[in-house]
Amino acid sequence: MLRYLLSRLITFVPTFIGVTLISFAFIRVLPGDPIIVMAGERGLTQERYEELVQRFGFDQPLWQQFWDYLTGVVQGDLGNSFVTNRPVWDEFFTLFPATLELSLCAIIFAMVLGIPAGVIAAVYRGKFFDRALMSTALVGYSMPIFWWALLLIIVFSGWLGWTPVSGRIGLLYYFDDVTGFMLIDSLLSGQDGAFGSAVQHLILPSIVLGTIPLAVIARQTRSAMLEVLSEDYIRTARAKGLSSGRVNGLHALRNAMIPVITVIGLSVGTLMAGAILTETIFSWPGIGKWMVDSIFRRDYPVVQGGLLLIALIVMLVNLTVDVLYGLINPKIRKR
Amino acid sequence: MKFRHLIATTGMAAAFAATTAGAQTLVYCSEGSPEGFDPALYTSGTTFDASSHTVYNQLVEFETGTTNVVPGLAESYEASEDGLSYTFTLRSDVQFHANDSFTPSRPLNADDVIFTFERQMDEENPFHTYAGSWEYFNAMGMGELIESIEKVDDMTVRFNLTRPEAPFIANLAMDFASIMSKEYADAMMEAGTPEMINQAPIGTGPFTFQDYQTDAVIRYAANENYWEEGLPKVENLVFAITPDASVRLQRLQAGECHVMPYPNPADVESIRSNGDLELLEQEGLNVGYLAFNTTQEPFDNPDVRRAVNLAIDRDAIIDVVFQGTGRVAKNPIPPTMWSYNDAVEDYPHDPEQARQLLEEAGVSDLSMKVWAMPVQRPYNPNARRMAELIQEDLSEVGISVEIVSYEWGEYLERSSAEDRDGAVLLGWTGDNGDPDNFLSVLLGCDAVGGANRAQWCHEPFNELVAEAKTLTDQDERAALYEEAQVIFKEQAPWVTIAHSTVFMPVRAEVQDYIVHPLGGHIFDQVSLSQ
Repeated sequence: MLRYLLSRLITFVPTFIGVTLISFAFIRVLPGDPIIVMAGERGLTQERYEELVQRFGFDQPLWQQFWDYLTGVVQGDLGNSFVTNRPVWDEFFTLFPATLELSLCAIIFAMVLGIPAGVIAAVYRGKFFDRALMSTALVGYSMPIFWWALLLIIVFSGWLGWTPVSGRIGLLYYFDDVTGFMLIDSLLSGQDGAFGSAVQHLILPSIVLGTIPLAVIARQTRSAMLEVLSEDYIRTARAKGLSSGRVNGLHALRNAMIPVITVIGLSVGTLMAGAILTETIFSWPGIGKWMVDSIFRRDYPVVQGGLLLIALIVMLVNLTVDVLYGLINPKIRKR
Repeated sequence: MKFRHLIATTGMAAAFAATTAGAQTLVYCSEGSPEGFDPALYTSGTTFDASSHTVYNQLVEFETGTTNVVPGLAESYEASEDGLSYTFTLRSDVQFHANDSFTPSRPLNADDVIFTFERQMDEENPFHTYAGSWEYFNAMGMGELIESIEKVDDMTVRFNLTRPEAPFIANLAMDFASIMSKEYADAMMEAGTPEMINQAPIGTGPFTFQDYQTDAVIRYAANENYWEEGLPKVENLVFAITPDASVRLQRLQAGECHVMPYPNPADVESIRSNGDLELLEQEGLNVGYLAFNTTQEPFDNPDVRRAVNLAIDRDAIIDVVFQGTGRVAKNPIPPTMWSYNDAVEDYPHDPEQARQLLEEAGVSDLSMKVWAMPVQRPYNPNARRMAELIQEDLSEVGISVEIVSYEWGEYLERSSAEDRDGAVLLGWTGDNGDPDNFLSVLLGCDAVGGANRAQWCHEPFNELVAEAKTLTDQDERAALYEEAQVIFKEQAPWVTIAHSTVFMPVRAEVQDYIVHPLGGHIFDQVSLSQ
């Protein structure tokens, strides 16, 4: 297992360099000079322009800029934001827990509903429940996030008043960040009602962000289950007289989980993309909104550093998924 | 840190109402995150709301709701006869705020004022490069304007200028001129954390900074030692950062906040009809325009420019693009600004006369480019749509229009070029309420190749505007600006399109909120009815 992990980690190196280069190039390929964007309608004099070019290091040749950036990255220095002048690293880790908390809740929501729904649909294949579920999943999969979020807000926060409109916790709760995870920090704060408020604030954004993964997981679970249910060993299990709950739950589901876990792993990328919209709508202080703002401001260090860190996270999640395969299915580990 | 004790139950609106009844907490659903808290480093209104309008004061300030300059931290000031020096007498016993790492040992004095400006103009100042660059100070040309700043005595400061410049006083009321504590800056420099003055600001303003949770919430408490008697009126102020306009409105309706800026134009009617809300409005200090390139044929001929002015139906633009949230502009400065010349006669929408003018000018089969900005701005909510309407209007008088657009940075850069092809949609929001900030910045000969998108250098106009800048008497200046507006209209380097309206939806319990024409959101005079 250790050797497997090590060999996987080594393959990270070229990917990492590639991502560094792409993220560096990506923001520079976009038209729009950050200095001109910063000055806006007001504009600025040529002298002032040249001063700023020098300050940001744009007067260096590109390869030099990339080299400086790469050597910084290797030493853990992603540079400072052009706009706030704070280290990109600090900004990322201030905001990342909010995104992680939301993504985890969204994926848990998607799994808790999606897997049982898929199993039931497979077991009752072709029946009403199956058809209803699969067409709902199709709708969920094609749902425009922005519209869906506003609809939920209008119904549940506006008309019914069940959930707060946006934010991470009621404004009147005020405590220091310990872990950056609101659910944990609100418990640690010991303030009455803080945890409840944090949970309430998580409901709508988790549903919105979890909708597409939910649909994908439900469909994937169904088709994987259908495949497994037609295998010989399932027929054997049935012939042995095992209860259908035992057959479906233990023998079939466990074997059907491999493709489902793959899908969950892959949906991390979807979650990151979805987080950008979800965070903007729900005023969620995470990295999605931070990245979008930075792209509009042409804040090079933030965009390239943020992309790099997000890519790193996706890579780590994929590695974890691969390790999980091994745990669930020993055949893969031995390969 | 009083906030920590203001804990209520869950159930959002209920908790909110219960708590605000005890200690008045005003919640403002702001549109974005501040870039920092040292306002001189930045140029965005979002940052100014969170810093210069809450934590800081300036020597002179804009009276809330107007562009009049009134005393701030300076009790009074005096200009020398030749307009080359301004002497300020500071208010006594103005206390700076305190925080966990700093307690001021003395009240405001001349050293603080000198530090505020020296860090922006003097490269030797240890704070000159501590966190960024001084964009507004530079953009307003303050570096070349201020020759020196003298400390006459502890409570008196004199600014010596390199040339007489009337808008100087209005510049000092701007956000970049917010007075900082030298004592705090020195203490932070000594502690090796100079960036703290940008992260945990200390000022003299109505609210003391408590805490900022990145991209989420900014908290302030009332400054109990505030120098202006009776202000601020609420005990706590919270900025709940809410970037999406529809969500801001939902939060306002749900009682999660009391005041929100920038509603969607489409929501304005429903806000008006909602009994829990009140819709405040004021004309913004801005102008949206279409600038010809007056150096290129046939637009170097004023008759052709007049013809285009006559051909465009701006009422339709206000209806369609602004959805009624604006008014047709006839002058390059907005009507709330002093020296606005209401006697100027606007071009009517008259395609017939337009056609005739073009014919007389010998122009036929004219085709031109109209540039449409790719972004939404306060003075133009949808440039693309606006360009399409213009295209339609102009085709009626035989001018064919090609609409072009570029990425915003490119747009700004290319549209400044003197040999640019086509007319450009753009606009301006005033910085300091001074007419010079529109007329010479956007239309002066010095600005050709820069902010003067019409590339229009017209001597009679330029002389008036340049002269007005050197006078200190406001009435004399106004007379010159009024005359300049007549020349502008007659020469028509732009089609003046619109001044947009600024809307501020507030909850009905909010008392005395005043919409500020300069665009800032100011809360010291606001209270909540029980």
